[in-house]
Amino acid sequence: MYRYDTYDQAMVDARVAEFRDQARRRIEGKLTEDQFKPLRLMNGLYLQLHAYMLRVAIPYGTLDSRQLEMLSHIAEKYDRGYGHFTTRQNIQYNWIKLEDAADILADLSTVEMHAIQTSGNCIRNISSDHFAGAAADEVVDPRPYAELMRQWSSFHPEFTYLPRKFKIAVIASEKDRAAMRLHDIGVRIVKRGDEIGAEFYAGGGMGRTPMIAPLIRDFVPLDHFITYAEACLRVYNRYGRRDNKYKARIKILVHELGAAEYTRQVEEEFAHLLSVGVEPPREELARITEYFAPPAFVDGPKTLDRSDPDFALWVDRNTHRHKHDAYVSAVISLKPAGGIPGDATAEQMRVVAKLAREYSFDELRVMHTQNLLLPHVRIADLHAVWTALDEAGLGAPNMDTIEDIIACPGLDYCSLANARSIPLAQRISERFAATGRTEVVGELKLKISGCINACGHHHAGHIGILGVDKKGKENFQLSLGGSEAEDVSLAKITGPGFDEDGVVAAVEKVTDVYLATRTDGERFLDTYRRIGMEPFKEALYG
Amino acid sequence: MVDTSNLGTSPDEVQFRFRDDEPVDHAAVTVDSCCDQTNAAAVRIEPGDDARVLLPFLDRLALVEVNFPSFGDGRGYSSARILREAGYTGELRAVGQVLIDQLSHMRRCGFDSFAPDKRLDEDDAARAFATWENVYQRAADQRRTIAEKRHEA
Ligand code: HEM
Ligand code: SF4
Repeated sequence: MYRYDTYDQAMVDARVAEFRDQARRRIEGKLTEDQFKPLRLMNGLYLQLHAYMLRVAIPYGTLDSRQLEMLSHIAEKYDRGYGHFTTRQNIQYNWIKLEDAADILADLSTVEMHAIQTSGNCIRNISSDHFAGAAADEVVDPRPYAELMRQWSSFHPEFTYLPRKFKIAVIASEKDRAAMRLHDIGVRIVKRGDEIGAEFYAGGGMGRTPMIAPLIRDFVPLDHFITYAEACLRVYNRYGRRDNKYKARIKILVHELGAAEYTRQVEEEFAHLLSVGVEPPREELARITEYFAPPAFVDGPKTLDRSDPDFALWVDRNTHRHKHDAYVSAVISLKPAGGIPGDATAEQMRVVAKLAREYSFDELRVMHTQNLLLPHVRIADLHAVWTALDEAGLGAPNMDTIEDIIACPGLDYCSLANARSIPLAQRISERFAATGRTEVVGELKLKISGCINACGHHHAGHIGILGVDKKGKENFQLSLGGSEAEDVSLAKITGPGFDEDGVVAAVEKVTDVYLATRTDGERFLDTYRRIGMEPFKEALYG
Repeated sequence: MVDTSNLGTSPDEVQFRFRDDEPVDHAAVTVDSCCDQTNAAAVRIEPGDDARVLLPFLDRLALVEVNFPSFGDGRGYSSARILREAGYTGELRAVGQVLIDQLSHMRRCGFDSFAPDKRLDEDDAARAFATWENVYQRAADQRRTIAEKRHEA
């Protein structure tokens, strides 16, 4: 895992000092709230319905036990004893006081963490495949490239006042576990013969106008990686729309210009920047890559005792194939039936940190599905890990099932919300768990957003639910057929919306249709793609 | 002929300047009139202007002002770098809503003079200019980056 050297540490320390100074000037009245807002946002501090919310960056979702213990400590000391893991592999605290913010940032910096650029119109925390470094199917570990981008994008002098926020994801396998093409820039590391390079996708995003990023370059050689990204950003910074905040994301620019014209402009800028020379020295990538050297895996048993059916179910659902055959990656579900998706208590964080130290080479991941992950667990240790998780209420065997719901904070916290997402997620997972249908239905990704901003990825849900306001009442629109994976697609709305009871019933009805029509091995999404919207509409409104 | 599009700041509105030469005191003209006139030595770039149209005239320009009507509109940072990348060595002045927390980034993008529309606190500004002892990216200021320092022989 990457470690700060004195330079990285000094950058973060400088930022903490800078933020303290900004907070002081705000308090002294030298900064107006309007002027302070973008500054606090660049340090992850939002003003919410009831309190400040602080979003802490977890670069490419990787952290160690010491860092998770610090997150646990912050939850206890400055918040109400819990934190909320997000779809961008970060953590949010919902009950923060402005006076504490600088102290929290200082605490974070002692474990090489920060809240830099977790909001604001800048390049946000870079996300990646949560199985990076462990997945059997990756070309290389994508994280060194993400780290190279993290450094390049941190405090970038030209790109701190972009038209709008900018999100980048970096992956390195055919399978997309990071919703790569729903990012402003998506990067897929690929191999051409022996040469490593990158596919660049640009102009994806969710929000009110969801778009799938088109491929703009099929091979950027590694030693031009940062230069190409810089070209993409410069074209966007210069020509992205600034007249209308809702049209300011790069997806609108790419859409309005057309991918071909945007690409042409990027290529021109790229050629120019190559002559200027902005690429970090090649040895820097080599230096970073050393930190991500695989841990010392040892051979061991490849099979396990499946006599305990609960354990066997968890193994089947929540573990993922590892590149070393004596290991697996183990998903820690933050989706207990009836629970708040993505929430973890301070105590749970400590349990997970301990497990990571004992059983996973001190490494942890945050998944974009709002779960945690132990990337490298010996098959021989799985039972012990599962037992400890289960005791801590973290043993739900429901990865990628209908209980594994992504939900935004919604009206319980968010000032932009139309509807409550969390209670709806709780009801749906409770219902499916109680009726035993979760297992019968199998893989079904359900995603809920409390408003059109789509923080809960509803456009990319096999089933998506969007909270809308209908004459002052909470109302929910149902959509079907989305996917954030390599078979990326945007969900389509079924028809008129439902109230809360109605939408829970509607979700059951669409699973009825699926169960009645699926063929062998078909997932919900496959059935939908085969039979289309009509049969579902019929069941819902017919 | 009298140029009616005079709109520049005057040298005494400049609060910070990192150059030794004498400030230009011609008023700046718009990008459009700069391209039409053969003698303009000072020009003002608005956020929507394409800085690249000035490239053929860089030799005769001694002052380029980049206007920030709103601090949140970051196009001027790109304009500045583009001019420096093209070899412009004259004065590059940030004018308009120039705030403390923008100073260090502007400096990195090649600005060497600053005429904020509201005067800034001198101490706060001094601290801001000195914020980053080291930098991650190459930019117009030619500072050695952290990555370069890491791999110094
Ligand atoms: C509670 C405070 C939050 C506020 C005020 C907020 C605000 C917003 C807004 C305004 C957008 C739309 C941006 C646009 O379309 O340009 C957005 C998008 C998004 N937010 Fe949030 N958000 C919040 C929390 C979250 C959380 C908790 C997550 C993760 C679970 C999240 C993840 C996202 C994602 C993934 C998008 C879609 C990105 C895209 O448009 O491409 N947000 N958010
Ligand atoms: S989708 Fe809307 S309601 Fe949900 S967190 Fe985002 S802005 Fe708030």
